Amino acid sequence: MKYTYYPGCTLKTKATDLDAYARASAKALGFELEEVENWQCCGGVYPLGTDEIASKLSSVRALNEAKEKGQDLVTLCSACHHVIKRVNNDMKNNADIRTRANNYMQLEEAYAGETNVLHFLEVLRDKVGFDTLKEKVVNPLTGKKIGAYYGCLLLRPGKVLGFDNPENPTIIEDFIRAIGAEPVIYPYRNECCGGYISLREKEMAKNMCDKIKESAAGFGAEMLITACPLCMYNLNKSDEAALPVYYFTELLAEALGVKEEVV
Amino acid sequence: MSHANNQAEKIKAISGVNPLKCMKCGKCSATCPAFNEMDIKPHQFVSYVQNGDIEALANSKSLWKCLSCFACVERCPRDVQPGRLIDAARQIVVRTKGQTGLAPEEIPELLDSEVPQQLLVSAFRRYRR
Repeated sequence: MKYTYYPGCTLKTKATDLDAYARASAKALGFELEEVENWQCCGGVYPLGTDEIASKLSSVRALNEAKEKGQDLVTLCSACHHVIKRVNNDMKNNADIRTRANNYMQLEEAYAGETNVLHFLEVLRDKVGFDTLKEKVVNPLTGKKIGAYYGCLLLRPGKVLGFDNPENPTIIEDFIRAIGAEPVIYPYRNECCGGYISLREKEMAKNMCDKIKESAAGFGAEMLITACPLCMYNLNKSDEAALPVYYFTELLAEALGVKEEVV
Repeated sequence: MSHANNQAEKIKAISGVNPLKCMKCGKCSATCPAFNEMDIKPHQFVSYVQNGDIEALANSKSLWKCLSCFACVERCPRDVQPGRLIDAARQIVVRTKGQTGLAPEEIPELLDSEVPQQLLVSAFRRYRR
């Protein structure tokens, strides 16, 4: 299976490991990630304004490239996923945004939300299947107690993202079980880490991350996993609990026995 | 139309929100992780727009405290989407010439070697036009 793949700015710089482990794992699982040619940064935050068109176009370009190739578009960074999936929803369901964006794009055939956007975790769940993933695990992470940290971007708004139940998600816990470890459910797993606020209001973000880590540690987690480079950055600023944070792709690569291939 | 009403209409247009749908249950404020940091609380935003008191909104520090985590949007039983309203008020400010939530000269001292690009692009989108 071949997918169009949108890595985004951070996966090319501060989070190259998130990307590299995903690519190695995809290979081991038998699917191919074809990077969007000349992709542009998604902007990190979904442009909420109904009259913001230009800032949605980088997403539309990536979406249209996948459409032309007849492939689903796979994302990995939570922010890229959030922005691109929401813009796609606009292109499908909001006639005003669709018309105005297409006026900019001047495509041979107008883009109207045809592409299916999948997060890498959704590929694991819906395309590969967690049962199949489990069979391909050569190095199960037996006995590890792992807290899934969802944050906000993957889940909300639930009606648009359709990723999982936004109040009681299970996809990362199911992933943790598939790689042989034990998920730890804790109340703060879908609370916000502070996001962009940490640029200027470091104390505010730190307080939020302290609560998240305290909550996870209190329920017995030995580590947290995330799909988001900004969550990773913010959580690492908190020294509340000695709780390491990993990208879920690193543990996936480890379980599939391909971690050492990644340099 | 007065300037204040005009600004209120602009916020409604940018956000796509109809504040009259709000039934004042306060769930948005109850669920907001930035509630303690805000001077005008999420459930009050609706009233400010209804009353056309946009100047107070524009000067509120809440504009810069909203995290866009969509907890209020997800949990609003009337689909009012207070987060969109706050964002539109913020946009009214940053779209005004000379007004911004983050000055370029502030940026260097805010950075450390670990700052992910995602943080920078997100902050620029939020604080600046």
